[in-house]
Amino acid sequence: MSSQSVSVSTSDAGIAHSQRNWGWWAVWVVALSAFFLLWQYGKPDAKWAFKFPREFQIPLRRWIGDFMTWLVDEASFGLFSFTELTRFIAAVIEFPYKIVLSLLSTGFLQGQGSDAIQILPPVSWIAVIAIFTMLGYYAGGRRLALLIAACFGFIALFGQWDNAMITLASILIAVPLGIAGGLLLGIAGYRWRPVEMVLKPILDLMQTVPVFAYLVPILFLFGFGPTAAVVATIIYALPPMTRVAMLALRGVPGEVHDLGSMVGCTGRQMTWRVLVPSAMKGLMVGVNQVIMLALNMVIIASMIGAGGLGYEVLTALRRLDIGAGLEAGFAIVALAIALDRLSQALAERAQAHQHAAGVDASLIQRHPYTAAALAMIVCLAVAGLIVPALQTYPESWQVSTGTFWSEVVRWINVNFFDQLEAVKNALLLNVLIPFKRFLLGLPWFGVVGLLTLAGFSLGGWRLGALVGVLAFLIAATGQWDKAMVTVYLCGISVIVACLFGFPIAIATAERPKVWRWVQAIIDTLQTLPSFVYLMPAVMLFRVGDFTAMIAVVAYAIAPAIRYTAHGLRQVDPQLIEAGTAQGCTQWQLLTKIKLKLALPEIMLGINQTIMLALSMLVITALVGTRDLGQEVYIALTKADTGRGIVAGLSVAFIAIIADRLISASADRLRKRLRLTR
Amino acid sequence: MFKTSSLRNLGNAGAAALAISLAFQPVSAAPESKDPIKLTLHDWTGQLITTRIMGEVLKQAGYNIEYVQADYIAQFAGLKTGDLHVAMEMWETTGRDAMDEATATGKVENLGETGMQAIEEWWYPEYMKEKCPGLPNWEALKDEKCAEAFSTAETAPKGRYLGGPVTWGGYDDERAEALGLPFEVVHAGTDAALFAELESAYQRKAPIMLWVYAPHWAPVKYKGEWVEFPKYSKECYEKAEWGTNPDAKHDCGKPRGPIWKVAWAGLKDKWPGAHKAITNFKIANDEMGAMVADVDLNKKKLEDVVAAWMEKNKDRWSQWIK
Repeated sequence: MSSQSVSVSTSDAGIAHSQRNWGWWAVWVVALSAFFLLWQYGKPDAKWAFKFPREFQIPLRRWIGDFMTWLVDEASFGLFSFTELTRFIAAVIEFPYKIVLSLLSTGFLQGQGSDAIQILPPVSWIAVIAIFTMLGYYAGGRRLALLIAACFGFIALFGQWDNAMITLASILIAVPLGIAGGLLLGIAGYRWRPVEMVLKPILDLMQTVPVFAYLVPILFLFGFGPTAAVVATIIYALPPMTRVAMLALRGVPGEVHDLGSMVGCTGRQMTWRVLVPSAMKGLMVGVNQVIMLALNMVIIASMIGAGGLGYEVLTALRRLDIGAGLEAGFAIVALAIALDRLSQALAERAQAHQHAAGVDASLIQRHPYTAAALAMIVCLAVAGLIVPALQTYPESWQVSTGTFWSEVVRWINVNFFDQLEAVKNALLLNVLIPFKRFLLGLPWFGVVGLLTLAGFSLGGWRLGALVGVLAFLIAATGQWDKAMVTVYLCGISVIVACLFGFPIAIATAERPKVWRWVQAIIDTLQTLPSFVYLMPAVMLFRVGDFTAMIAVVAYAIAPAIRYTAHGLRQVDPQLIEAGTAQGCTQWQLLTKIKLKLALPEIMLGINQTIMLALSMLVITALVGTRDLGQEVYIALTKADTGRGIVAGLSVAFIAIIADRLISASADRLRKRLRLTR
Repeated sequence: MFKTSSLRNLGNAGAAALAISLAFQPVSAAPESKDPIKLTLHDWTGQLITTRIMGEVLKQAGYNIEYVQADYIAQFAGLKTGDLHVAMEMWETTGRDAMDEATATGKVENLGETGMQAIEEWWYPEYMKEKCPGLPNWEALKDEKCAEAFSTAETAPKGRYLGGPVTWGGYDDERAEALGLPFEVVHAGTDAALFAELESAYQRKAPIMLWVYAPHWAPVKYKGEWVEFPKYSKECYEKAEWGTNPDAKHDCGKPRGPIWKVAWAGLKDKWPGAHKAITNFKIANDEMGAMVADVDLNKKKLEDVVAAWMEKNKDRWSQWIK
């Protein structure tokens, strides 16, 4: 990082640079004029450029539908069918899941269904809290222990314990599987280039195709119930782990690698004893992401039989019980915070104490925590037989916000609705609707052309071709109009998120005390199921694009703030000092030095904001937008696999186009600013 | 080993079940298989009540019951493969396509009507009658002043009608067009959003016209009426000549359709007795409406409401499992 510098380019290079720039300018002027002419005057003569001719549409939808039917009904490896294979995988996942679930929630049962008899009760709520608190103490000292106790205490106090344990059970299965799978794929990608080439587009698709699009096939293949939910969670939450793993392993310094070879490590030792531990810090970022994304899936997972907190949120909001929805929602946040902080601390500790533990000590002395935990489980289980409150959190101790939150929304609604409505209408009529009309009026042919050109000028013919083909496919599968509505909704939301996010980041990045609060708020916004605030938003702003925009902004603002603040903070202090010495004002310092140097990070933040905005599409379909998200949702309700996947792929293509173009321009910026990082 | 459902309720459900089974001796002979029959639970109260009643009845007949949470439409994937066995509420009005698609495969069977009739129509709160005195007759809506009373800034001078999610169908755009109603149709994305808007408008005594269905808690909680359109008939939806507008279809109200029960096709062979009991299950709209209101509005426990029904209607349900 210290090698950051803003050097003046030598004059020769400068001239060559500006000549090339002029060439591009000319190309762009010609292209934009052609586009403008086509857009304004082309409609009568070139209808096909505005609406993709139906007879040339690619029947991808039918192909995918047929393929899925074949896969589920007929595909076979000779000895066993594809469905049998996936069912086998489901059984393998189900086994540990049931054990964890029995421990945390149902107890060990004999028999099935309503005939079941409990042989052993589940672990008492006190023991669960105590064990997690001890883990916290072990990993991060008293502060962490307190935090974790508070999180679990909150869950018990608000009567969410049983549901939270069901959710926790599926998380405890999905997260380790996601981490392990992600890490293995990452190592494979790191070792063999071809694997990486294949993996990258697949990872992109896993992250950007909305879950609803592949929910139906997953249910067919893995059976209905918590296992399918775990599989869907893994698919969604695994990609960041793989990405981070590849990046972190590449980042291991060459000296470490050399040292490993010198002491004669085998390939396996090299990977597990040298590379993985050295890359641990980076890998933990991946772990954090897996946990967060897995908890993001809680609502959707509950729709296919995972139950737990997600189901509680859904039912609460169907009876418009805003308070109950919020309580369950915050229980999810509490789980997320506890698990995230715990995993971070454990990893730090693992790094610090790689070789501890005396060998002579007795078993109990060597494992004081494990022994204490086991003792507690047994004691409390026995005591729980006499005092039931020790086994199950008693209902009479539960508190609830009751109708408080509903009353708050009611009060705002009754007193401020007209003012809110006025603001909403002004924005809707003057900004949102004109922008939507503008995008819908553009000719697809011209847009595809411009995108291709942008790709070509930013990253060469490869990028140009990729962007062009993907954009063309959206048009050719008949998704253009819905894709444009998607671009409009996400575009507006991203702009609004940046308009709010950047100033917040700039104002708080260098004030650690304030920043901690900002961070807590954006963490909450990212883990609180958006359904929780979507319904109050509908009450205040009616259904439609505006409400959808609010939901998207609330979710997607986090990376805009996070990355900008990160970028600002890592600007070399020497440069700022130099600026101050030259008599820069605060404003000049900010605009001329800090923001410029933080630009690549900010671009990355915008990139992530776009990705999150797109991932919210399916949720916004729930408040009546007419975009690709709705298409996916309709396909789900009609159980039309082909339709859902085609729409889902279009979402993914938009995401990939945006991602590639932004990354390429961030790269160029970095080069131009001579930032080596 | 796996027990689903909101488990806080399960303890109580267990207690309630115990109370019931102490009160009545099992009526029927031993079941054909002790494997659990899986009934699906969705996210609205009426369906939870229907399913729990069926479950309790089957338990009385000695069957092993398991409740599994599942999405209304996504559940068909499970019903086809036999991962799930029974879904107690499939609405003619919203689930028909998915149901037809599933029964066509031969892997899912329609077990007939639940006895409840889904009512769906344009609905308005009572206080709107002052501004539009001709209601509930639909012709009052043709009056521009009346329509304007239902307008918002985006739709003015036209009235605003909040329809159900597009996936529910319903032909509301066509209906407004065919009947010449100066209304703009806006679609809500989910039913939660639909009732969030109603709640909001009702709190402010603000104008609203929207899609409301029954059995549901909303028509119990809020005072209001359904618009009376020309009565639905099949010809109206199929033939343009029918009705007041000779050039358009859909110039009438919505159909009132039954709520169906569906099951995995293998149910019949594995648990013939249960199959018969589920086929026999019948319950009326009013009964259900009252129970839903008890749970959602009077905050009674779902298990208690179901137990009370079981006690009161012993003669009825023991006929089902005979």
